[in-house]
Amino acid sequence: MFVKIEVNNKLIKARKGETIMSALESNGIMIPSICAMKDFTPTGACRMCVVEIEGKQGLVPSCSEPVNEWMKIKTHSPRVIRSRKTIVELLLSNHPDDCLYCDRNGSCELQGLAEDLNVRERRIVGKKNKYKLDHSSPAIVRDPAKCILCGRCVRMCDERLAVFTLDFINRGNSTIIGTACNKDLNFSNCISCGQCIMVCPTGALFEKDCLPEVEDALHNSDKNVIIQYDPSVGVALAEEFGLKPGKDISGLIHAALRKIGFDKVFDTSFAADLVTTELSHQLVARKKQKVKKPLLSSCCPAWIKFAEQSCTDILSDISSCKSPQQMLGAVIKTVYPGISGFDPGSIFSVAVTPCTAKKFEAQREEMTKKGLSDIDAVLTTRQLARLIKLYGIDMSQVEPEIADEPYGVRSSSGKLFGCAGGMTESVMRTLPWAAGGKDPEPSRIAELRGIKGKKEAVLKIGKTSYKFAVISGLANALPVLETIRAGTCDYDFIEIMACAGGCINGGGQPIGADENVVKARMKALYGLDEKEIIRLAQKNPKICELYDDFLGGPLSEKSRDVLHTTYSVRKVLL
Amino acid sequence: MASKTHISVDKEFLVNEVLRNESVELPPDTERKLKYVRRDKVKVPVVFIGTGSCGLISGAGGTLEEAKKYLSERNIGAEIVETGCTGFCSMEPMVEVQLPGKTRISFRHVTPEKLPFILDGIFNNIVPEEHAIGQYKNKSLEPWKNVAFIEELPYYTLQYRNLMKNWGRINPYSIEEYIASGGYRPYVKIIRNYTHAEVCDIVEKSGLQGRGGGGFLTGKKWKVAHAVIADQRYLLCNADESDPGGFANRAMIESDPHRLIEGILIAAYAVGTSKAWISIRNDYRIAIDRLERAIERARDYGLVGHNVFNSGFNIDIIIRKGPGAFVCGEETAMINSLEGKRGMPRPKPPYPAVSGLFGKPTVVNNVETLSNIPAIFENGPDWFNEIGNESAKGTKILVLSGKIINHGVIEVPLGTKVKDLVFVAGQGIPDNKEFKAVQVGGPSGGFLAGEDIDVPYDFQSLASKGVYMGSGGMVVLDQECCIIDTVKYFMNFIQQESCGKCIPCREGTGRMLEVFENITKRPVDEDRHSTLERFKGVMQLENLAGVIKDTSLCGLGQKAPNTVISSLNYFREEYEEHIFDRKCTAGVCRELRLYYISVDKCTGCTICAQKCPESAIIGTKRHPFFIVEEKCTGCGICYDVCKFNAISVK
Repeated sequence: MFVKIEVNNKLIKARKGETIMSALESNGIMIPSICAMKDFTPTGACRMCVVEIEGKQGLVPSCSEPVNEWMKIKTHSPRVIRSRKTIVELLLSNHPDDCLYCDRNGSCELQGLAEDLNVRERRIVGKKNKYKLDHSSPAIVRDPAKCILCGRCVRMCDERLAVFTLDFINRGNSTIIGTACNKDLNFSNCISCGQCIMVCPTGALFEKDCLPEVEDALHNSDKNVIIQYDPSVGVALAEEFGLKPGKDISGLIHAALRKIGFDKVFDTSFAADLVTTELSHQLVARKKQKVKKPLLSSCCPAWIKFAEQSCTDILSDISSCKSPQQMLGAVIKTVYPGISGFDPGSIFSVAVTPCTAKKFEAQREEMTKKGLSDIDAVLTTRQLARLIKLYGIDMSQVEPEIADEPYGVRSSSGKLFGCAGGMTESVMRTLPWAAGGKDPEPSRIAELRGIKGKKEAVLKIGKTSYKFAVISGLANALPVLETIRAGTCDYDFIEIMACAGGCINGGGQPIGADENVVKARMKALYGLDEKEIIRLAQKNPKICELYDDFLGGPLSEKSRDVLHTTYSVRKVLL
Repeated sequence: MASKTHISVDKEFLVNEVLRNESVELPPDTERKLKYVRRDKVKVPVVFIGTGSCGLISGAGGTLEEAKKYLSERNIGAEIVETGCTGFCSMEPMVEVQLPGKTRISFRHVTPEKLPFILDGIFNNIVPEEHAIGQYKNKSLEPWKNVAFIEELPYYTLQYRNLMKNWGRINPYSIEEYIASGGYRPYVKIIRNYTHAEVCDIVEKSGLQGRGGGGFLTGKKWKVAHAVIADQRYLLCNADESDPGGFANRAMIESDPHRLIEGILIAAYAVGTSKAWISIRNDYRIAIDRLERAIERARDYGLVGHNVFNSGFNIDIIIRKGPGAFVCGEETAMINSLEGKRGMPRPKPPYPAVSGLFGKPTVVNNVETLSNIPAIFENGPDWFNEIGNESAKGTKILVLSGKIINHGVIEVPLGTKVKDLVFVAGQGIPDNKEFKAVQVGGPSGGFLAGEDIDVPYDFQSLASKGVYMGSGGMVVLDQECCIIDTVKYFMNFIQQESCGKCIPCREGTGRMLEVFENITKRPVDEDRHSTLERFKGVMQLENLAGVIKDTSLCGLGQKAPNTVISSLNYFREEYEEHIFDRKCTAGVCRELRLYYISVDKCTGCTICAQKCPESAIIGTKRHPFFIVEEKCTGCGICYDVCKFNAISVK
């Protein structure tokens, strides 16, 4: 199984069939690379990972070349270093060089490589890239001038999401990455999931900035600024402040947001509980009607857009529940004025999400009522960190606080919505109650945890059994959708999350997270659940209050009006 | 339809008496019949007109119409045959005439106006000598007097026509003529008697190397693919020829499409595939048409299809028209393009022979490689092995072009000296100008100049001089060509045709082109900063070339700097002259040209001032004018319009 290879005059062991790069990395030799992505087939595009192999004419990319017994490798010979350095200099030669104004200043891989390879002089001069900024999308901004064409976004979009929005256009030196017919992003079939941002090494892709609007509202004394934050923001924000991944700092977030000047701080997990109860009742009703097709989840706005443009035949099977963010937004603008005395028009509702697609969702036509949109501004986790820094808040000095009532009260199953599978787990805890039975003792459902692309679970209530599936990473959904079309799908409910792992790995989360970080975030959310007293959505006292005082009951006319939405076919360039 | 008049044999005869006959010599009876099909003997006069792309571009279409008119008006019972090209491009449009009992004679530059004169002469047994190129040797026929033998012309003496055997001789649309010339017999014999491994062995033994540029042993490649366990394998014929100055594959398909198809069929059998693909540029319309018709005819004869000749071998050939990107000539990029993806190369390994088209083992062979296969089986691997030199076997088709007297496609044994190719086959430089360099192998190749043109033309010897055979293009440059300008042209081509995937090729070639643009830029409007940047660029040229060569993903990138490196080897002074003196001796780089008006010669006629697009010429009527250097762009219009030779280049 093992072969011996000689690296820099030292013998090391490598597993047969593995690539040179992985063999070197497990032996502590770091090889720089731009285009390599874990779990993706190597494309060999960037040529940064080249090494010298005795007997080979040119340099060989270590990302795709498998090891051979007795291969003699030089990883940092002058020839190799010269090549790597020249490649970085080539990339810099036509780069716009406006690092100070760049969204990714400090987290840019190109900057890092230039520093590592000691590029300190502009030896290669080239004509600067000049392309127009693509501002068209409500979620994602594209700056082709900063693109170094590593193709990571293309591969992410094709292989993980199966959306195929981005691809290479033109040839040679005028190659760019763009959408179909090189239209703006808004005309394309982009689902705004933001995974391309997560893999972009430079500032060529970043999310739309909403900070100025939020700041304006904060400084406007006529506005009541209400903020809500997503369950997965609490466990990821810590990374932006240099803390170790997987630390829940929800308490600190509440305090920091109050310091910034938000009038009320709510937790989106409350609305997640609301989704759970509504969804459970929908599911029970559907089972009673003996509908054969499964009910599909509606919490992921990226998936919804995908369905509206590519799965128009199964739109009717998607749950009509709004996503938690939009539910809470609607409740804040319709129910909350009655409690707080705020004028609905004076409320400026902000949501912090781990997601860029939520920016798109917030401005959907269906999410507006009587001229008031449910949510006025959406910030990503990264932008929240920026806001906190902007207001000069030292997170290490902040004392934890609790969120405001009533919508800061949540059950721990609401928190689980942050992970793929969490929503299903939450629904499984509430379903017996919705079906008229007893509340179960929440136990760990191991099948639904972890970052696998497809997970399954079965719940038995009396004689009826419910079959659940959880899909994360949109590409994994395609085969299941095919079975629905073919009529061979036997699931009752399918949770679909566009991002692999769910919201904890969303397109608005801190840059540079690998699989371990995502697992740590996931662990933190499940950890919260274990310590909690209220672990069932229906046990959330404020949910009961909301139903009793205002909505009447799950799936009532009032709740359908406020909490549910519709979908329509979307015509885009595919 | 012309072919119907002379073919006295039918399909059944060809299939049963010729193709199914596996003896080396055919019975004399059969052979006699085939002689007429081949037109070794003719019963009526035959007029051959080359209507390949090259011929048509030179006006063969008009000549063809004229010939038809001529024969019908005079009621002459002669036959007109459209052939491919003979390879002698500088003689197009060419017409050949064969009268019963006489040798075949060939005429150059036969425009519609000249045709009646030539035919009048020939039908009256008078040869219009000034138009004749020569006649073909044939012992059994009576030669024309005072006409040279084609085989003895300098253009032909070096040649060994194996692949080009049928060029210009047979009607490319006629499968009968190809079979009569010995075609498809090896194929039928192979599929009925040989195992896959035996076929691979024979090809390996012959020493045939891939003609696409890599020079890998073809038989070996087939063996690798054949050894991989798979439910399907593919054979992919690379006809995506896109080099500037390379059109040998096009001519090959237009002139003898069945030879390629037979090669493909044999290769498909050897590899064990039932599906062969031909990837060809969509703009090769005539070639595609001839290929499609040829496949149709072969299918009609049962050579392509299910259970060929009861051998149990199934084969289908699919033509895939590509838009003709240069990079799609690279095998993995071609495979991507065939799969419907963007034409970008993949990293190797895995090699296509292991995992190629749709993840199946795929053998990618060039048109020329595959066209070599039938003759190897017809004449045996030892015959093939004896052609060429120690390191390279067989013949190679070359395209001579540029500043050379004989333009055209020639086929020579590998190992022929480059010098002989230029000065014997090409007959040197026209107008007594001096030879400067020869650009070998298109944009991926490189220059040879000075004593290095004595190098034998084979894979190894050329590589030792830092140039590559590539597509077989040979562009000859004379003293009036500027090396910098030529390299700039090739760099521009490459940076446009790079797929944009890997950084060194995409960015590096772009930067190199910018360096060349900078050093050929007009010096007058340059500030200090741009002077510094110009020098910085030049300083990096060699470093860049080295890195691009070392690190690029595919052959296109790895060979992209060859023209730069080889031109730096031979013509460093010319570079320095451009960089330091801001001067182009050849006078090609327009922006470096500065014109001046001789005070003695200028009569003050004002014509140059009137024509100057930049209004850079001023003066008073009837007094000498002068040029404002800062305004002059070096367009040379004044030079052209001056009637008194008063304007010259500084």
